[in-house]
Amino acid sequence: MNQPPTSTSHAALPPGAVPGQPGNPLAQRDERWQIRVRGLNKTFGPQHVLRGVDLDIERGRTNIIIGGSGQGKSVLMKHLMGLLHPDAGEIWVDGVDVVPFTAAEMSKLRRKFGMVFQYAALFDSMNVVENIAFPLIERYNLSRDEIMERVRDLLRRLDLAGVDGIEKKIPPELSGGQRKRVGLARALIDRPEILLYDEPTTGLDPVATKNVDEMIRQTADDFGVTSVVISHDMASTFRIADRISMLHGGKIVVTGTPQEVLASRHSALREFVETSGLVAPEEGGQT
Amino acid sequence: MTTSSSADNPPEIPKIERRLRGALEYLIAPGTIILDYFGVRAIMLGSATAALFRRPFRLRLFLEQMEFVGVGSLPIILLVGFFSGAVSAQQAINALRIFNQERFVGATVGISLAQELAPVFTGLMITARAGSGMATELGSMRITEQIDALSTFAVDPIQYLVTPRLVATTLIMPIMTMVFNIVGLVGAYLFSIYFEHVDLGQFTEQFTYWTDPKDYMIGACKALVFGVTLSVAACYQGFNVRGGAKEVGRATTSAVVSGSVSILVSDYFLIDAFHILWPYKS
Repeated sequence: MNQPPTSTSHAALPPGAVPGQPGNPLAQRDERWQIRVRGLNKTFGPQHVLRGVDLDIERGRTNIIIGGSGQGKSVLMKHLMGLLHPDAGEIWVDGVDVVPFTAAEMSKLRRKFGMVFQYAALFDSMNVVENIAFPLIERYNLSRDEIMERVRDLLRRLDLAGVDGIEKKIPPELSGGQRKRVGLARALIDRPEILLYDEPTTGLDPVATKNVDEMIRQTADDFGVTSVVISHDMASTFRIADRISMLHGGKIVVTGTPQEVLASRHSALREFVETSGLVAPEEGGQT
Repeated sequence: MTTSSSADNPPEIPKIERRLRGALEYLIAPGTIILDYFGVRAIMLGSATAALFRRPFRLRLFLEQMEFVGVGSLPIILLVGFFSGAVSAQQAINALRIFNQERFVGATVGISLAQELAPVFTGLMITARAGSGMATELGSMRITEQIDALSTFAVDPIQYLVTPRLVATTLIMPIMTMVFNIVGLVGAYLFSIYFEHVDLGQFTEQFTYWTDPKDYMIGACKALVFGVTLSVAACYQGFNVRGGAKEVGRATTSAVVSGSVSILVSDYFLIDAFHILWPYKS
């Protein structure tokens, strides 16, 4: 297992540098980039989903990964959290390559992460309080009062405390937006450094979508977490993103601030942006 | 017309080699399918068993599953047990009456219930009720990403979901088998004495003479094995669902079919093994 050196660096991997070897700038805790992915490859049978993904996730910012359906966004996100193992490539989290991690090391690493699933993935057999408290119950030996205090604090901060009888409700009794918020509360309860959102606005009406966008933005500001959101909702993306990366054909083809991405001439990105109605279509886009 | 260069194409395999490879694959296919079928289930059984001895120990989950498998299945076990005993007695009396030996009905039903009917019928009932429930629940958890969510909280899904179901089913099966035996005997007794007017003394005397504790031991051992096979079949099917609601339905059907078949097939081999260990009384 690689250990992060004490010094910090803002440098990107220089041309020709070999990742994983002494002097590799990726093997240092970087104040700007929290997660750095290099050459990530993943195949499922004959399907080559990720074909050498290079991606940098900015610390404390809202990083959005966009891309069409079936491009491997969820697969990439599951790699970030160690739910899938790559065929090749490196994933550096705070200057440590986590790909060679053992199951025990990976379990420890996952405490840095919180994940908000597409449809919240709340446990059907538990009520709202039990769902939110689940990570605390599993990981620590806290008293019931301590757990309830943290759960109620989160319910208050995520505007759920006002919902009548919310604590005892079970997931099927919640609306789509409430489910997302409870899912977010569960992801936040153990104070993660990195929060992953898997298509958080899928299946929501425009008003609920706007609310979830505000929730993501607010969470990033209030809790100071690094947010990684995968989405194909361009309106949402440009509302909340600090940094956008586009996954296309198994690779990150465009990355940068929203302004830089809007100015990109990449054909797949132009098509994506133009069909979303954010900008008017233009003639002769380049790749 | 395709005009790709030879560099793009993989090197061509000679025809004879292709045919030999095809023939070999055809010959070993059944073997690999069988090995794969048992292998993946054996891996799940091994992982779930290993997880039993690792912290944390979640007693609540074990008790919940015991309640689901045991208490939940009790009404159907009582119902099926009673009528299985009564029907067995009816068939035995019909056959024994030919030789004027109805008095042996207690012994006949007692042994067949203890060694065969109780463990097998209990296994089938629990497969149908609890096994299908396990496959559906785990399948639904899989497609709604609840199992992935467990992993994100550094909780081993096998330890959290499969181990309690495996242990609960394995422990509950012998108990339910004993319950089946008792109500089955009650059914046989009531039918024989009140409907067929078999002599009460002869019924009980033949039953106590011919039926041994080892018959119940055999039944309990079989029930333990059936508990393992049916719970592994159900958990494997549910845990590995991919897709949507349709696949959950398919997994449930497969769980019941594979659980039932595994009970009936293993029963054949188990009874042989037990009769070598404990031969019939002659």
